[in-house]
Amino acid sequence: MTATRTSPPAKSTEKAKTQDGKPDKRFKVLDITMKRNQYRQDALIEILHKAQEAFGFLEEDVLSYIAHKLQLPLSQVYGVATFYHLFSLKPSGAHTCVVCLGTACYVKGGGDILKAVEEDVGIAAGETTEDGQVSIVTARCIGACGIAPAVVYDGKVAGQQTPEQTCDRIHGWKQADS
Amino acid sequence: MERAELLEQATVAKQAQKRIRIHCCTSTGCQASQSLDVKKQLDNAIKTHNLGDTVEAVGVGCMGFCGQGPMVEIEDADSPAEKKHYQKVTPEQAESIIGSLNGSGEADAIEGDPNHPFFSRQLLIVREHSGRIDPERIDEYLAVGGYQALHHAIYEMSPADVVQEITQSGLRGRGGAGYPTGLKWATVAKMPPGQKYIICNADEGDPGAFMDRSVLESDPHRILEGMAIAGYAVGATQGYIYVRAEYPLAITRLQKAIQQAKRKHCLGAQIFDSPVDFTIEIRVGAGAFVCGEETALIASVEGGRGNPRPRPPYPAVSGLHGCPTLINNVETLGNISPIIRNGAEWFAGIGTERSKGTKIFSLTGKIRNNGLIEVPMGITLREIVEEMGGGVPGANNVKAIQTGGPSGGCIPDRELDTPVDYDSLRELGSMMGSGGMVVMDDDTSMVQVAQFYMEFCRGETCGKCIPCRAGTVQMYQLLTKLLDEKATKRDLDRLKELCGMVQATSLCGLGQTAPNPVLSTLHYFEQEYLDLLQPDPITVAAANRG
Repeated sequence: MTATRTSPPAKSTEKAKTQDGKPDKRFKVLDITMKRNQYRQDALIEILHKAQEAFGFLEEDVLSYIAHKLQLPLSQVYGVATFYHLFSLKPSGAHTCVVCLGTACYVKGGGDILKAVEEDVGIAAGETTEDGQVSIVTARCIGACGIAPAVVYDGKVAGQQTPEQTCDRIHGWKQADS
Repeated sequence: MERAELLEQATVAKQAQKRIRIHCCTSTGCQASQSLDVKKQLDNAIKTHNLGDTVEAVGVGCMGFCGQGPMVEIEDADSPAEKKHYQKVTPEQAESIIGSLNGSGEADAIEGDPNHPFFSRQLLIVREHSGRIDPERIDEYLAVGGYQALHHAIYEMSPADVVQEITQSGLRGRGGAGYPTGLKWATVAKMPPGQKYIICNADEGDPGAFMDRSVLESDPHRILEGMAIAGYAVGATQGYIYVRAEYPLAITRLQKAIQQAKRKHCLGAQIFDSPVDFTIEIRVGAGAFVCGEETALIASVEGGRGNPRPRPPYPAVSGLHGCPTLINNVETLGNISPIIRNGAEWFAGIGTERSKGTKIFSLTGKIRNNGLIEVPMGITLREIVEEMGGGVPGANNVKAIQTGGPSGGCIPDRELDTPVDYDSLRELGSMMGSGGMVVMDDDTSMVQVAQFYMEFCRGETCGKCIPCRAGTVQMYQLLTKLLDEKATKRDLDRLKELCGMVQATSLCGLGQTAPNPVLSTLHYFEQEYLDLLQPDPITVAAANRG
């Protein structure tokens, strides 16, 4: 399975440009990471992590750029990016709500939280609202079993959550942004 | 570096500590309950009360009682036996806790009982410093005798002696399968000299287990020291720690620990000015459960997809980049420095005949006292659940205990008097696994639990071998059909048949153990499955015709 290419990969000699012609700072971050890893092919996962941090998700251009720089076939970079759950090839929302579904959280009602949130926001887990505000994600286990059920709001872990609390938090995001 | 110099550093670090130390937990669980604010307020209160000369607030790792966090513990060097601890501390209560130290009033916080079975029944080896030292400062680790075992190994023992010591201790792999650690080390050590690797498997993917995270966050230097000793013993100069990306705090603390250890010459080139080199790098996973399987983990460290490969050759013979590779779990490596420090006999004296030492369990689910416990092998499940865990809250009873995550099984309440070790759990159709223990009460449907784990395996299979890729999907669908009350006896028979086939024909441990939750619930709670069955239309039609 390979990615269908829509645009030629950025050449290593020219910095990727944004629409207004200035060099894109995010590619600079990527370059620094690759340099620090001496362009080693076995550091691909580290580099993809950094790329996702800088770009928010793994755009196809970015994947081609990395493949080109590390001298790897694009199919291999794409294969690694699609294998691991944490890499996303789609843009995520401005806010992310991660519902943990580990065993402890599940036994204590993590599934009910997810159901309530999905109904409330109107999207399924793994999707982002149309306005690009909220993404709902599930996690296998975030290791906060002692305070189950746990939910991660924009990277901050909160324990002993209820469906109402979680929905309220998401409403809070929506109100703050509108 | 002479031993005297290391001891002096330890003494200096110890003397720099204040008489009264207030430990405030800053691990993931307690941070989620605002423990960082509590720490800040404790610092402020020490300033306002002018107690800076005798009192210090220390951000420490996990004290184990995560369900009651944030935890604050007061330790007075003059009376070390009298430890006080407070639970569920809020930032507002910090003032009164400090106030109570100089006699101005009582602490306005929930005081815990340090003699509660949850604490008193524990035996701390791997977690001996957890919750007592600041994981972000190497001086704290040196003050409790850190890196002395490594120094002793390098200067007083030959690599063969170290392997011998680990073999005699009887330590078995804490990742769950229980392979004798000494034997694994000896295999790698026997390989011809050349490039060898040590990998610390910190890809704790089992849902419901968080002991590795806690050890890494609370005492990262212990793991580095264990790895360095392993490196010296088997002749490896490069180590990797493969951590899940879901543990950002553990990653940060490990990075800090590695830098500090390098600066103190406890890691890197020429450790303690000896000819021994050992460097450690961190490799961050990206959310794939299968990467806990050693061959898949190696593929992932090499930067590829985490697909397992058939064994043999085992990683000990041909692993990372085709070189001999020693892969040990976090908790296994956490046991190394105490064994070197106290000797193999001391370690072999703890636990049962075939399972030595202690095991950390994360006790979660429907239980009063959530948290981490480190107990000697051979303790019974009843002691863990009823005495330490305080039983099930409310009027319900314990129905089953799930151990070993998706590869383990459910143990019914009637087997609670079983002593916990590798072999007894396997006899019950479960396994030790990494140490997750999830307590389930009467309200839990066992078929749903089996479906939950099957859904997990279905999503986490890497897809390389057909039995696992297709079998988990089919089993999941059959379980769903059962729960929708549309299944007949023939479906149940097919489910059993599939379980046996997937177990026997899968490529790696993920597939081979995926049917365990189904098999164990079928074995102990068959009635729940039978209650969901529908009459078979064919049999009904035949009966009507007859």
